[in-house]
Amino acid sequence: MAWNLNSDRPIFLQIVERIEMDIISGKYQPGDKLPSVRDLAAEAAVNPNTMQKAFQELEHTGLVYSQRTAGRFITEDTHMIDELKSSIAKEKITELIDLMQQLGFQNEEILSLIQQIMKGETS
Amino acid sequence: MSTLLECRELTKNFGDKTAVDHINLCIESGHIIGLLGPNGSGKTTLIKMINGLLTPSSGTLYFKENPIGVESKKHISYLPDHTYLNMNERVSDIIDFFTDFYEDFDKARAYDMLEKLSISPSDRLKTMSKGTKEKVQLILVMSRRADLYVLDEPIAGVDPAARDYILNVILTNYEPSASILISTHLIADIENILDEVIFIQNGQIRLSSSVDDIRAAEGKSVDTLFREVFKC
Repeated sequence: MAWNLNSDRPIFLQIVERIEMDIISGKYQPGDKLPSVRDLAAEAAVNPNTMQKAFQELEHTGLVYSQRTAGRFITEDTHMIDELKSSIAKEKITELIDLMQQLGFQNEEILSLIQQIMKGETS
Repeated sequence: MSTLLECRELTKNFGDKTAVDHINLCIESGHIIGLLGPNGSGKTTLIKMINGLLTPSSGTLYFKENPIGVESKKHISYLPDHTYLNMNERVSDIIDFFTDFYEDFDKARAYDMLEKLSISPSDRLKTMSKGTKEKVQLILVMSRRADLYVLDEPIAGVDPAARDYILNVILTNYEPSASILISTHLIADIENILDEVIFIQNGQIRLSSSVDDIRAAEGKSVDTLFREVFKC
């Protein structure tokens, strides 16, 4: 059924991010063939032209490559996938730190809070 | 890509009231376009001219470089805002009627969609709920292999689950070279399947843009933008 796309950001960007996550999480393995534009558009309940645009963006970054007649495939460059993974991790952690700072926490406090929660303690 | 529909300075007056006011519009193949506007903005008047039900007061309207007429009706599949079907007939009779009437009607496709929506072909229209009648009409319209589908308020009376199925029907049942023009108030529900939107107000085009361009430029959904632009 429809993917959980939010309403205020460009749809194609959200699709790109979703497919990136599917690649990082291993749902799509390096070298796997992607579904066709039309099939994936129907699954996501989006316009096929929007899906096409997302695919082009993924091709542009090199994460996906197309073979003229056979379709589109996930890159076999695992180094590139790892790099993407760490860049998304950094981005998410930065977001978290920004938010915690807005809540008034100092860096040391944030760090100890994270450690507590990871140990399963409730303060 | 080719141009399916072209309006130049298209105008329709009803007495001293101008319903459509010098509209210039071009619809290329391979797009799903939302025609959005408040009540009385001229959406249905424009759609009726495209389907040859109203004659323009001035301006020109071409479908594949020919005037609207018998030939254009063979290639434009139209869902009107009010039904014209005989309520006493069974769905199967109406399907036979459409098969006789339209060369591009795909009977198997129609029966397949009826089955998926659990509608019995032997039921008469008058025994159906408002939403089910709407589903039947949309199935009939989407079962044609047309170049342009013009849908006037296709999902208004349909429940959200069936709405999802209908959007899926729309997405999977048109040829890549065809285009779909959808007029609706339920923008949030169909926003993701549109690639372009046209805002129409007082018979004029207020805005014409792609959904993602609007989101990128405004940082908000088309639905939110609509509510702001047409705030009462």
